[in-house]
Amino acid sequence: MAFLEIDNLRKAFGAQTVVQNFDLPVERGEFISFLGPSGCGKTTTLRMVAGFETPSSGAIRIDGREVTRLRPNQRNVGMVFQSYALFPNMTVAGNVGFGLRVANRPTAEIAARVEEMLKLIKLPALGGRYPYQLSGGQQQRVALARALAIKPQVLLLDEPLSALDAKIRVALREEIRNVQRNLGITTIYVTHDQEEALSMSDRIVVMNEGRIEQIGTPFEIYNFPRTRFVASFVGTLNILRGRVTDPAGGRIAIDDQEISAARGIVDAQAGETRSVALRPEAVSLDDVDGAHNKMQGTIEEVSFLGAIVRIRVRFRENAISLDTFNDPGIAPPQRGQPATVGFAREDLLVLEGAETS
Amino acid sequence: MKRSRIGSWIAIVVGALYFLVPLIGTFEFSLRLRRGEYSFEAYEIVLADPRFQASFLYSTVLALATIVVGVLLVLPTAYWIQLRLPRLRPIVEFITLLPLVIPAIVLVFGYLRIYNSSSWLPLTGSERTTDLLLMCSYVTLALPYMYRAIETGLRAIDVRTLTEAAESLGANWPTIMFRVIFPNVRVAVLSGAFLTFAIVIGEFTMASLLDRPAFGPYLQLIGANRAYEPAALAIIAFIVTWACMGLIQVFGRGARGSTPDTR
Repeated sequence: MAFLEIDNLRKAFGAQTVVQNFDLPVERGEFISFLGPSGCGKTTTLRMVAGFETPSSGAIRIDGREVTRLRPNQRNVGMVFQSYALFPNMTVAGNVGFGLRVANRPTAEIAARVEEMLKLIKLPALGGRYPYQLSGGQQQRVALARALAIKPQVLLLDEPLSALDAKIRVALREEIRNVQRNLGITTIYVTHDQEEALSMSDRIVVMNEGRIEQIGTPFEIYNFPRTRFVASFVGTLNILRGRVTDPAGGRIAIDDQEISAARGIVDAQAGETRSVALRPEAVSLDDVDGAHNKMQGTIEEVSFLGAIVRIRVRFRENAISLDTFNDPGIAPPQRGQPATVGFAREDLLVLEGAETS
Repeated sequence: MKRSRIGSWIAIVVGALYFLVPLIGTFEFSLRLRRGEYSFEAYEIVLADPRFQASFLYSTVLALATIVVGVLLVLPTAYWIQLRLPRLRPIVEFITLLPLVIPAIVLVFGYLRIYNSSSWLPLTGSERTTDLLLMCSYVTLALPYMYRAIETGLRAIDVRTLTEAAESLGANWPTIMFRVIFPNVRVAVLSGAFLTFAIVIGEFTMASLLDRPAFGPYLQLIGANRAYEPAALAIIAFIVTWACMGLIQVFGRGARGSTPDTR
């Protein structure tokens, strides 16, 4: 039995179903991210686990205990909010110790636990400050300490880094992950930022329109996306549309240039239009001798981004973007130049479902 | 640009004169009790009058009771409307504005019809129950101001997220209300409290018709029978009201300086 079981959860607001068929077992100590665009149902699902929304159907169990209909203050889950939600009338120490005071713990125990938490978030000297005297990053760390102080069974974080600038986000997500690993606490993290999800998670749940698109490790989600949505949402993707020429052999013609995938194209007939996808990092430019698939095109756009040079090659209807490292000894290609791109069969992803041409 | 500035200044000066001239006149008149010289004798007489002390004390106690009951009624209501029932806000706002529209004399006659000594709930049957009735009528009179002040204070904080944060940490509703919400709207509550105090201190109609020894009827009695003392009382009443307004500003400014920005 998993530590946290989310069992066939469904949530509807009136006639609109915002979460459906949500099944997810989470092991103790696991770090799970819910990743998806705005409105996909990830926060609603998190709020159902927290108890702030009541599921229309389904069940939630924590360590074997059914909590589906329990109030949030009866579930022993800690929550960190996007807006920090620190209590303005309390100091940092007051905020961190709030849950323990509510539970009527002894004063000495509260003081010791607060000190421990402030050390954990590396703010031992700021116990006497008020939230308005802290930076955004400091406030979010205090919010994390407050949620952890009560020793929750599950830690829930709702886009906690969205309100922070990029540099602080990167630093803080490493801290959050380190704290979570050290404490071994089961964690659900909601984000729309794929970099956060990929770098922090043991597993990612990719959601779209209230449904789970795919569950997997970051490696699986990125390299083996099962649906078009996952492929295009996670990482950058080149989508190519063409006509299937040999379904069993995985061969497809993109703008009259035939390429092949490592596997056959399932449920396809010859002549059908299908889409295939290719990660930019899988494509090489001109140095294509070892590549199985080669396509001739024309350089349409060259963007110098410092360490990276981003090049787009146009065929006819389709185009491929690829990234190359900047080499001071080699000038970037020019627009209008003919170019040959190459990639391996294994790197070509076949996206599910036939399309109308 | 210059013409509009001169126009603004003229408007300010005219407005100030319109307000200040009668006030200065009243104050000057209040100093004339002793013939031929200015003195504060009228003030001494008023402040030494046991009826002044008794009526002021009575109204102060009633004002404090009104404030407590008003806050206990309005704060949870406004909180619940904001948190769970935002659709009811227009209806509640309409109800809270009714005391501004219905004259006090109509209200008190309504009370007398419903709570007179031969009704099912004879609140006018004894002094203490009449005091209770008067306090309830003051709560009604002060409702527009108390509700607006508290609702403004609640809008300035993220009520929903703070409530959810407190709940996730194990707090129940009373804990949330008294340890999280109330401390963060303290300034708004104080604003409503001082407005309520100013209203109650000067209120005449209800106290008079319910025959209670409040400050308003005392002001009217002195005004009907004396010359210089009513002027002194009017100035004292203004000072009390201005002190309340000043305290609202002091507490409001102080809170703004320390109000955290958690966004």
